[in-house]
Amino acid sequence: MSGPIMDPRLAPPFPEAALPILQNTQLRNNVAHATDVIQAKRNRLVAEKKDWHELRTSASAIRAHVLANLAKYLEEFEANCTAAGGVVHWAKDASEARQIIIDILHEENATEVIKIKTMTSAEIQLNLALQATGITPIETDLAELILQLGEDEPSHIVVPALHVNRQQVREIFARQMDLPQLPDDPEALTAAARTYLRQKFLSVPTAISGANFLIAETGAVAIVESEGNGRMCLTLPRTLITLAGIEKVLPRFDDLEVMLQVLARSATGERLNPYNSLWSGVVPGDGPQRFHVVLLDNGRSEILGRKVERQTLQCIRCAACLNTCPVYRQTGGHAYGSPYAGPIGAILTPQLEHMRHAQSLPYASSLCGACYEVCPVKINIPEVLIDLRAKVVDQERLESKRLTDPMYLGMKAANFAFASASRFRMAQWFGKLGLRFFSDKDGWIRKLPSIGSRWTLSRDLPAMPDQTFRRWWAEREPERTREAKPEREARSKTEAR
Amino acid sequence: MRASLFITCYNDTLFPQTGRAVVRLLERLGVEVDFAPAQTCCGQMHANTGFRGEAYSQAKRFVQLYRDTECVVIPSSSCVAMIRDQYPALFEELGNDDLRRQFVALLPRVFELSEFLTDKLKVEDVGAYFPHRVAYHASCHGLRGLHIGERPFRLLEKVRGLDLVPVANVDRCCGFGGTFSVKNADVSTAMLDAKLTDLLATNAEYCTALDNSCLMHLGGALHRRNLRLKPIHIAEILASTEASTT
Repeated sequence: MSGPIMDPRLAPPFPEAALPILQNTQLRNNVAHATDVIQAKRNRLVAEKKDWHELRTSASAIRAHVLANLAKYLEEFEANCTAAGGVVHWAKDASEARQIIIDILHEENATEVIKIKTMTSAEIQLNLALQATGITPIETDLAELILQLGEDEPSHIVVPALHVNRQQVREIFARQMDLPQLPDDPEALTAAARTYLRQKFLSVPTAISGANFLIAETGAVAIVESEGNGRMCLTLPRTLITLAGIEKVLPRFDDLEVMLQVLARSATGERLNPYNSLWSGVVPGDGPQRFHVVLLDNGRSEILGRKVERQTLQCIRCAACLNTCPVYRQTGGHAYGSPYAGPIGAILTPQLEHMRHAQSLPYASSLCGACYEVCPVKINIPEVLIDLRAKVVDQERLESKRLTDPMYLGMKAANFAFASASRFRMAQWFGKLGLRFFSDKDGWIRKLPSIGSRWTLSRDLPAMPDQTFRRWWAEREPERTREAKPEREARSKTEAR
Repeated sequence: MRASLFITCYNDTLFPQTGRAVVRLLERLGVEVDFAPAQTCCGQMHANTGFRGEAYSQAKRFVQLYRDTECVVIPSSSCVAMIRDQYPALFEELGNDDLRRQFVALLPRVFELSEFLTDKLKVEDVGAYFPHRVAYHASCHGLRGLHIGERPFRLLEKVRGLDLVPVANVDRCCGFGGTFSVKNADVSTAMLDAKLTDLLATNAEYCTALDNSCLMHLGGALHRRNLRLKPIHIAEILASTEASTT
């Protein structure tokens, strides 16, 4: 099985990438079922929280405050982390981050490295780079392990293997772990993973993690998880490398009170995550004795400088927007061509690519607003999507291919028609005439050419009625009372001025 | 009371019966209805597709046309959401002080039809009669954009003879999304399929909504599949009486 393309520079546009998935009934059923289950849990736990609205407001305010003072908190984090015995590295892009990590691992003479689930590592495509230098990454999160062994890619930020069901997991484990008799009940599957992983935890002395939060005040790193594999990676190895986006910082330890509550409820529908790990630097005789933090920019500073888009960086990667998104529900994550799927991926990925790739993603939304409604840090995703669309169109305005693009031409023609009532009336008349050419005897249109064929793919179009509303109104005009008239005339004079 | 009807470009062109129903309904309730023939479009299609400058041209037209009116009634929740949610940023970025002031003054006088009835006229029983089984489709812009809440339900529940049936997953998008339905036609169709499954499970005769845009999308698929369920704008139900047929 060849995995889906998760590099935004190489992935096909969203509508194209979605096509094979829409035909994969098994995958779509898996996604629909899993998102239903998580969403129901999330809704229940949000409903029981009487101060949810206030919590959400606080979480949003904390994250907005961080972004407004990011440089200050990052420097504070660096100072406190260093004082506690950590080594802080700054990476301006993915390739710098990969090189820093590879250099550290080479110094450690590492041939294997155990990993806690980290989306940031997928963002910089770390695993491929490690393998190319002869270091084997071993994913220890159950879902990531399933994907690694199945040569598949993550399709969800929190539940990366949500598109894979139990029977499929059994097949992958049976094949890769050489366990032909493995049953498909959850206990047997997790037990098999545990046996497989335990040996790695006890033998591999280097680990890589992401970070849910960095605490500026103490220089600590926080990770939440459900399986305990993270705790193993954070305590057993000799050397730990944490890769974190620069936006992950929080001012104070106390801010976790708000953030851990909204994160757990939004992400997995739990009151608190089963494992909440916090560590600062190095403690002699306890845990990793060498600790590195790689702070990754990779386009984030650029996002920070944009007024509307800045809120993208408030994200705490809970994936509530994915679970509620009616588009994601149909396509799953792979269609987004990036480890960041769903509504947040649709706004984050093109920006991380400096608006040079993934230009179809801002359009991969019906703007239904469900994502904004559930976001625990109040990112107005539809607003950002629309702003990014404007950026895409502003680029199109400079390209010569716009002159043959039916959507672009249609938009310009419509704008011309909307500029005055007489033009609009004429467009209505031409439209009616033109559509008559495609109408069947019953007045319905079943097949349109060019871009119209995308509509008639699944929907008929009613032919335009004989009389527009404005025409009906004009004919009714004489019936109207006389007082109304002078006022209307007065208004049209005002308009003329 | 005097109300200026902003019919919207697609209702004007494709669904004139909805406009006629709004006029009939409002006049029956004693409202003097005015229609400014210079109106065209609110700019939503352009704004949502990324054509911001073009959208601003329509926004400017809208404000210039209605700044002196008592109130504006719009039988489309997505156009009202455009005006409330997107005009402020457009005027902020591209407008001048005069226009910004005029827009801010006009905004509280712009109503979606069901808002106008329940909030401004303070009526729920509009004297309608519609003896049919009806499913209400909550368009996203009404639901999450305008926070329209119970308003349409309160209006429909008071219609004599009307049997209002609940729809599963009522808060889920039908997949229209304006140019989304064309740019992402296949995904849009998959969303449409899911919505139709929920609507058809109600065994309703009619599917109603605040927006003809969703209804055009749903209705187009219903027609393609020869299904019995018929789309109808809420104004047409509310305008119906014992004496009239829609």
